Amino acid sequence: MEWDWEFVREIMPMLLDGLRITLLATLLGSILAAAAGLGFALLRRSKNRAVTRITGFVVEFIRGTPLLVQLYFLFYVLPELGLLLSPLTAGVVGLGLHYATYTSEVFRAGIDNTPRGQWEAAKACNLTPYQTWRHVILPQAIPPMIPALANYFVAMFKETPLLSAITVIELMSEARGVANSNYRYLEPMTMVGVLFLCISLIAVPALHLLERRFRPPR
Amino acid sequence: MADWAGYLGLMLDGALVTAKLTVLGCALALPAAFLAGLGRLSRHSTVRALSVAYIEFFRGTSIFVQLFWAYFVLPLIGVTLTPLQAGVLALGLNVGAYGAEVVRAAVQSIGREQHEACIALNLTRWQSLRHVLLPQAAVVMVPTFCNNAIELLKATSVVSLISLSDLTFQAQVVRSQTGSTALPFLTVLVIYFAYASLISAGMKALERRMTRGLDGLRT
Amino acid sequence: MTDTIIDIDRVTKRYGSHTVLQDLCFSVRPGEKLALIGPSGSGKTTILRTLMTLETIESGTIRIDGEPLFQMERNGSLVPADEAHLHRMRTKIGMVFQLFNLFPHKCVLDNVTLAPMLTKGVRKADAERRAMELLDLVGLADKARAMPAQLSGGQKQRVAIARALALQPRIMLFDEVTSALDPELVEEVLSVMRMLGSTTDMTMLLVTHEMSFAHDFADRVLFFDRGRIVEEGPPDVLFTNPTHERTQAFLKKIIAAGQRI
Ligand SMILES: Nc1ncnc2c1ncn2[C@@H]1O[C@H](COP(=O)(O)OP(=O)(O)OP(=O)(O)O)[C@@H](O)[C@H]1O
Ligand SMILES: [Mg+2]
Repeated sequence: MEWDWEFVREIMPMLLDGLRITLLATLLGSILAAAAGLGFALLRRSKNRAVTRITGFVVEFIRGTPLLVQLYFLFYVLPELGLLLSPLTAGVVGLGLHYATYTSEVFRAGIDNTPRGQWEAAKACNLTPYQTWRHVILPQAIPPMIPALANYFVAMFKETPLLSAITVIELMSEARGVANSNYRYLEPMTMVGVLFLCISLIAVPALHLLERRFRPPR
Repeated sequence: MADWAGYLGLMLDGALVTAKLTVLGCALALPAAFLAGLGRLSRHSTVRALSVAYIEFFRGTSIFVQLFWAYFVLPLIGVTLTPLQAGVLALGLNVGAYGAEVVRAAVQSIGREQHEACIALNLTRWQSLRHVLLPQAAVVMVPTFCNNAIELLKATSVVSLISLSDLTFQAQVVRSQTGSTALPFLTVLVIYFAYASLISAGMKALERRMTRGLDGLRT
Repeated sequence: MTDTIIDIDRVTKRYGSHTVLQDLCFSVRPGEKLALIGPSGSGKTTILRTLMTLETIESGTIRIDGEPLFQMERNGSLVPADEAHLHRMRTKIGMVFQLFNLFPHKCVLDNVTLAPMLTKGVRKADAERRAMELLDLVGLADKARAMPAQLSGGQKQRVAIARALALQPRIMLFDEVTSALDPELVEEVLSVMRMLGSTTDMTMLLVTHEMSFAHDFADRVLFFDRGRIVEEGPPDVLFTNPTHERTQAFLKKIIAAGQRI
């Protein structure tokens, strides 16, 4: 089978449309993953043993099972419980929660790395726990985590094609659509690969830049 | 709403396929990781370049894209694969690329003084690697390999999309035949989690065995 | 034809723009015990590492047994040495490191037998018998099955000496082998070296800050400063009657620090 540039030109607008949705899902998913990850990390530090245990198990469970099945679960089961999510919303929630289990580890390590003296100093300044977190601990702990977090966002980007399985019209489903209707797989599949590779290759130096920018002193 | 035994049988069939995919995928990923990881440290620039190309390509494009490419595009150049073969190939090569970085980092984490001791004892490069550097690096690799194996297990679910009847596929079959949604998906989630826990436990045991005698040494 | 086993001729070594060895010349007779002393950063470690081929040099030649270390003859002209040449040259030389560099994943016995089995094809049983003799010599026969992590610093260093001896090198290099040890463990290593010095005809080069040991042990002492040999001579002369002012200043500092010479 010959490579057909004409066909590539024809399908590119559709693929780029799909790419937009892919990037949107990645962006929203990342925001959710960061927020929920921080939530998991804080819950795991709770003084209440039951909360710590349950959070720990939930995090382990989500991380030990496939995102695809989790997406199906959100997509098929939630509506039965009366919670109707659009495919994109379900996809973003799935991506975000799944990757929150990874980012929570980053947050946990980052928080654990904050020197004990900082907590004691905050106490000596008579700050409330909330003030301590908000003004002392998180501002120090978060910048060094940024490269590791960004790494997971890039990984998430590479898993967005799974959203096509729950009918989100992102890059992969656009490609499968045009492939099926034209009976040509070579160009759509290859172009999807090329687009992914391009964005990943852009991400590599961007990640290095972040690493240098936020490298912890010492 | 009949025949729960039959549906359970379907699930178990799927569980077997998933296990097979995971084992075969790891069996391909492991040598690929060592070849490419050590290749990146080679003295020969062509070997290095080939390794980097393999690693960056498979890490840069999505596993999903790789699988579809293996299944739908390879036949166009005369290589027709069964879904299982395509799955093992894509999963093994993809996770192998991540593993390669683990191998490289672990070997590089062994201090320069160990290399120098090897030179002073007149070992060849290969002997140093085989008897001194890799055995020490292996201890460092095991925990990350464990994560890689679990990632591979999770990634096997995508082969359901090229209609290989693994766990995820069977959950969909049961859903469409019974209309029940929560039960099939929860069941397969639990089975996946059991598999993941099994891998973790196995790797922990392996790690314990390998670190025996090294106690108090890693600082 | 030569009565020198090591011949160093106008060797220069740089790290970037920093010259560490400058036009260095000296030679060593077979069986000679040589002590290298001098202030920190003067290049003592570097010359030992260079002899062990752990470093390369920018210019000059080093000959071992009359044969160039970093060059080899091909079709009548000298070309840079290949791996096979270096491998052959290294069979003549052994080295003991400041930080022991034992293989942490192998027991004491395996640390000693590994290289003879791999590089000389010695059979396991023979290698182990020989290793036990050497461990006995350094007083560690009862630790053969211990892992390095279970040993004290002095014991580790004695294993490292046995490991180097197992290859039967004609030249042994010792780089500050006691300076990482607790004071009370220094003597057990020094006594092993003293015994080696008096019972073997190995050529031994040692870098040390233990002046009284250098005094008793060495046939000749080289005083290094800034990558050159400033003064050399028999220990009795160099330690008691140094002629160069830098040697005098160095020894004065050592004595002021409380060491006996
Ligand atoms: N890998 C390296 N890169 C750059 N400079 C180096 C390196 N190794 C050594 N040097 C420099 O070379 C010089 C000589 O070092 P060397 O280790 O030979 O000194 P030394 O006489 O053994 O000192 P010491 O008594 O402290 O062990 C020093 O100035 C040192 O900073
Ligand atoms: Mg030194």
